[in-house]
Amino acid sequence: MSADQEAIKDVFSSFFVEQTGPESARNSMPLGFDVKAWKRISETGAPGMGVSPPAGGGASLSDLVIVAEEAGSQIAPLPIVDHVVASRVLEKLDLLEEEVLTGTLVAGLVVRPVENGVAKSVPTGAIANRLIALNEDKLLLITEDPPNESLPNHGDLPIAHREIKNANVIAEGTEATEIFDRALNEWKTLISAFLVGITRSSIEMTVDYVKDRHQFGKPIGSFQSVQHGLADLPGLCDGARLLVNKAAWSGDREMSGEIKLTDNEISDFATLASMSLVFAGETSLQATDRGLHYHGGYGFSEEYDIQLFYRRARAWSQILNSPSEECLHLADLLLKDSED
Amino acid sequence: MDFELSEKAIDFRSQVKKFIENNLTSEIISNMHKTGTFNDKSFNEALASEGLLAGAVPGYGDRDPVELYLLFNELEKAGAPYDGLAVTMLVAGIINAVGTEFHHEEILKKLLTGKHNCCLGYSEPDYGSDVASITTKAEKVGDKWIINGQKMWTTMAHESDWVLLLTRTNSEVPKHKGMTMFMVPMATPGIEIQPVPTMASERTNATFYDNVEVEDQWRLGEVDDGWSVMGIALALERGVMGGTNPAVPLLKHVLNWAETTPSKNESLMINNTLMRERIARTAIINQVGQLLTLRAAWIAATGGMPGVEGSMAKIYASEEYQKVVGWFQQMAGAEGLLSFGAEDAAASGWIDYDARHAPVTTIYGGTSEINRNNIAERHLGLPRSR
Ligand SMILES: Cc1cc2nc3c(=O)[nH]c(=O)nc-3n(C[C@H](O)[C@H](O)[C@H](O)COP(=O)(O)OP(=O)(O)OC[C@H]3O[C@@H](n4cnc5c(N)ncnc54)[C@H](O)[C@@H]3O)c2cc1C
Repeated sequence: MSADQEAIKDVFSSFFVEQTGPESARNSMPLGFDVKAWKRISETGAPGMGVSPPAGGGASLSDLVIVAEEAGSQIAPLPIVDHVVASRVLEKLDLLEEEVLTGTLVAGLVVRPVENGVAKSVPTGAIANRLIALNEDKLLLITEDPPNESLPNHGDLPIAHREIKNANVIAEGTEATEIFDRALNEWKTLISAFLVGITRSSIEMTVDYVKDRHQFGKPIGSFQSVQHGLADLPGLCDGARLLVNKAAWSGDREMSGEIKLTDNEISDFATLASMSLVFAGETSLQATDRGLHYHGGYGFSEEYDIQLFYRRARAWSQILNSPSEECLHLADLLLKDSED
Repeated sequence: MDFELSEKAIDFRSQVKKFIENNLTSEIISNMHKTGTFNDKSFNEALASEGLLAGAVPGYGDRDPVELYLLFNELEKAGAPYDGLAVTMLVAGIINAVGTEFHHEEILKKLLTGKHNCCLGYSEPDYGSDVASITTKAEKVGDKWIINGQKMWTTMAHESDWVLLLTRTNSEVPKHKGMTMFMVPMATPGIEIQPVPTMASERTNATFYDNVEVEDQWRLGEVDDGWSVMGIALALERGVMGGTNPAVPLLKHVLNWAETTPSKNESLMINNTLMRERIARTAIINQVGQLLTLRAAWIAATGGMPGVEGSMAKIYASEEYQKVVGWFQQMAGAEGLLSFGAEDAAASGWIDYDARHAPVTTIYGGTSEINRNNIAERHLGLPRSR
């Protein structure tokens, strides 16, 4: 990490710890959006940090993954990842409104293709004032007001179905699909970083718990089966972070990367973004699963935080599609040269 | 950590790749599996004359650990015999760190020619994970040492000129404080080697030491301080000397098989959905294994001791390798059981081979449990469980 990136980490770590975290997550239910914290973060200019320097931004993807991990570590109920990705698309098409830049209006991404005029289970569907969506080969900007009511869901996210109303075509053909693919790869990378944050906190919280909780006259963390269940996790967490960082690095490069499957040399952005989502997703499932288990019955109670992390890990790791589907997409990328 | 390798490292890697292309023949590979000896002296010699071997000694010369990692990673990916070389270069690294003038002249220089090998004599029949309890005894008689005992799993002993031997020199003190390390020439009278065949063709040995007499100059490190020498060995080895990308050659063999093998519902296995999902997952595992290893190398390159990070890479790569092998062996059905040389063997027998080899990777070089203890205590700060 560069000195600048250390600084980004410090600033955002403090911000998310102070303004978000489990209490904010609880208080934001059922909408899944902490309006007050969003106002605060907007005052710092963060919603606009992903756009180009002249427009007031300048953060690279490698910078943004740091922010997203810190947000994930506090399960921040804020649409920061979606907003940053969508505003980069809007800037590219010269459609960036001042209100989006400042965070007054929330922007988001319809991550799955639109079907029959409806965008199903949109991650920011309940709260986004501006949504970018791909409908066949047309890129749409939806400006309909959000319902401000989410579908009850596993991860307390602001999910809603959205009909395609008040939508303008903002790009067509290959331009549309290329812009959308790029945005989706950025989204995958940043959501993966958010999931790494969830994993990191779950490990920390559980290690603290097993040092503190006593049974049979000693800390439960002195039992080897508990230790070994936990000892697998830091390597997985670090591996996920390395993969996410590598995806961000490849996304920041000017040149296109390569895919040498049999030599294990991969620097292609789409491939690494997809790998990150699968791996960071499944790592977060394992970390929260073991974490909850080692909390015993308390892990299952509302009162303890680990269940919040457990449910969000599941929500973010499959809101785009099932991990198996994502692997099939990844296989298409990896094997494209060996076909035809 | 930088994902872009340095100019120098990229040059080094292409030099290694070119070397492998020119020197690694299919005879060398099939011979290693026929004999069970994962060491090829003429291949090692060729590496030496290409000037690549000095860079393979951890901590020696001007090569940094990233290049060391690259060398072994390329050899591993290509399926080359590198086990003997890795151990030999590890010993060279230990000598470089704690050896005397005599050891440098008499051993290290020879090791760098590729013509000589070393083996590791730590484990015993009764002490493996608990290696600090070993009982092979070295007694000082006059100015000589007399060694008696037995070692188990002394892999490459039959190829070696020296054994790095961990001995008990004092039983009056706590176990970690009474051991001494020697570089015993294998030609010394009183040493006997018995082969121990394994389920995966690879050969290891039991070695016996019956009144083996060595001069004090073969002692490596201080008397009763053998545990520190072990510590150096572990720190040099962890992560960077191969063993963290075993599923890369496996995937190559599996792809060749899937691209040519009919499947029940699709035309070819490569179009089978479950197959494609598993190929994708294996590719992820290979990337993560590489990144965890590269990180350990980076820490070493910047002056750190990647003990815990090496444990993470080792556990991850070996456990996932076993999982992946299991997937592909099952997908290949009955033909996944057929061995090298058998008609219709899936992936020409590689699937059967990897399924035989995989179990040992979570055992040797420190079992998964011992590595988990290490992470739990040293990284998570949990109380000692033993
Ligand atoms: C093919 C092969 C090559 C080898 N090459 C060499 C070599 O060249 N030189 C050399 O010195 N050694 C070598 N070894 C030995 C290897 O390092 C040991 O096998 C290994 O350290 C385990 O020791 P062990 O076999 O005695 O098993 P044990 O120590 O008896 O372990 C048996 C099981 O108990 C578990 N266990 C043990 N202690 C604990 C604990 N504290 N907590 C939890 N679980 C525990 C282990 O994880 C393992 O699953 C080799 C082994 C093999 C199989």
